[in-house]
Amino acid sequence: MLFTQDKPLDEVLESLGKEKNIFLLACNGCAEACETGGEKALSAMETEVKKAGKNVTGACLVDFLCNKVLVTTRLAREMDRIKQADSILVLTCGIGVQAVAKVVDKVVHPAANTVSLGGLQGLWPADERCEACGDCALDYTGGICPITGCAKGLLNGPCGGAQDGKCEVDPEKDCGWIKIYEQLKKVGRLENLKKIRTPRDHSKMLPSAELRKTSFYDVEK
Amino acid sequence: MKLSECFEQGKFVITCEVGPSKGIETEKLMEELEPLRDKVDAFNVTDLQSSVLRVGSLAMCRLLREKGLEPIMQLTCRDRNRLGLQSDVLSAAVLSIENLLCLTGDHPKLGDHPEAMPVFDLDSVQLLSAIKGLMNGKDMAGNDLEGPPPEFCLGAAVNPGADPLEPQIMKMEKKIEAGAEFFQTQAVYEVDKFAVFCEKIKHLKAPVMAGIVLLKSPAMAKFMNANVAGIYVPDEIIDELAAVPKEKRVEKSLEISARLIKQLKNLCSGVHIMSLGWERHVPTLLELAGL
Repeated sequence: MLFTQDKPLDEVLESLGKEKNIFLLACNGCAEACETGGEKALSAMETEVKKAGKNVTGACLVDFLCNKVLVTTRLAREMDRIKQADSILVLTCGIGVQAVAKVVDKVVHPAANTVSLGGLQGLWPADERCEACGDCALDYTGGICPITGCAKGLLNGPCGGAQDGKCEVDPEKDCGWIKIYEQLKKVGRLENLKKIRTPRDHSKMLPSAELRKTSFYDVEK
Repeated sequence: MKLSECFEQGKFVITCEVGPSKGIETEKLMEELEPLRDKVDAFNVTDLQSSVLRVGSLAMCRLLREKGLEPIMQLTCRDRNRLGLQSDVLSAAVLSIENLLCLTGDHPKLGDHPEAMPVFDLDSVQLLSAIKGLMNGKDMAGNDLEGPPPEFCLGAAVNPGADPLEPQIMKMEKKIEAGAEFFQTQAVYEVDKFAVFCEKIKHLKAPVMAGIVLLKSPAMAKFMNANVAGIYVPDEIIDELAAVPKEKRVEKSLEISARLIKQLKNLCSGVHIMSLGWERHVPTLLELAGL
């Protein structure tokens, strides 16, 4: 079970920026239990996005967005609607957003912050890792996590230590920031890297008292 | 004196790197630096370079200051969180250190304490912003500092040999926006490639100092080619060094570096010499380079 909380709506709308056509994608697994995903959250988000003057090209619910095979198969049917969209707004955990970014070459925006990995009943795919930082940054990094993808967890670009595209810490590991750069270039969002990212708020890593009181959290203990 | 003043005077600025000792014996190092007095503008003191435990940059910078040598304190994000970093920056001001070079820092795994926790609470861009904040009288949490705010000249690093280069340049732009006033680069051996880099950053106003690493042996050059990101020593240079007998190596190495400095001089605002224990040869190098 991965615990997620809604990102503040104004933050989500701000990240969509001037994009007009949005495809909505929600997870029906852990996120449904946390009410950040599932049918209800998807339809509520559709209303909000339309209210903000956007056009929703499609809305789709997938059981487990962390399962890349399932996502690929399910989204094959939605390709036309995805192609019409400027971006995909993904209602799920950090791993789900990364999995979607991996299988679809489209700008992705997370709608939730992952705050705890709980008992981890979700899938743990090959490359996608989530540290439950509580302040999902996947929006501006092309759906590749700079915290788990970079050995130093840097937020403002590569350290300069990568050799032949590999991390200075582990020659077997790709430099997360080179991957982010290449992905942003591919989806036409390199300008994302121009903005200075402020330091992380580590207090967001602590699950809130409210969350700890929920039955989901209790079951995992 | 702030390094920015040297650039403002239109000088071709020369800095030399100083690696503090592994133990508390500092006299020997200070003696080795003595011949460089009046020949270089400032000394960069490294902050646990390559993640190897040594005497700290802050203490060595103060010793240099007491001897009348201008220090540049290197500050990395590897070992301290934002509390530790801001505190050390204030301490530097108290100890009359005026130049800071802000770096991300190597990962601890590369050094002699690979089990250490990598901190990286801030990155180099955020560190520059935080120091700029202190210089405006506020800490990172927005609290006011008592008394006059500290004043520094802030520098940063860039790797002109990085591949891909574009994200390095984008980060360089952010470093300038955050407060960097000058840059020192990774070692340069390919003048043509450096010229391409200079062309790509010509819209940036911050002065750039080209990095010069003295080659001690052909093996060292080959090692750097295989292991150090963004450094490439061309075969011609390695062959040139390998062609002379061992006893002539220092002379040859200085000749190669002097030639590089002459070729780079019109492309950059200064040179940063990383002599790696060959501090005693730096005066000869500067003479050969006509500086």
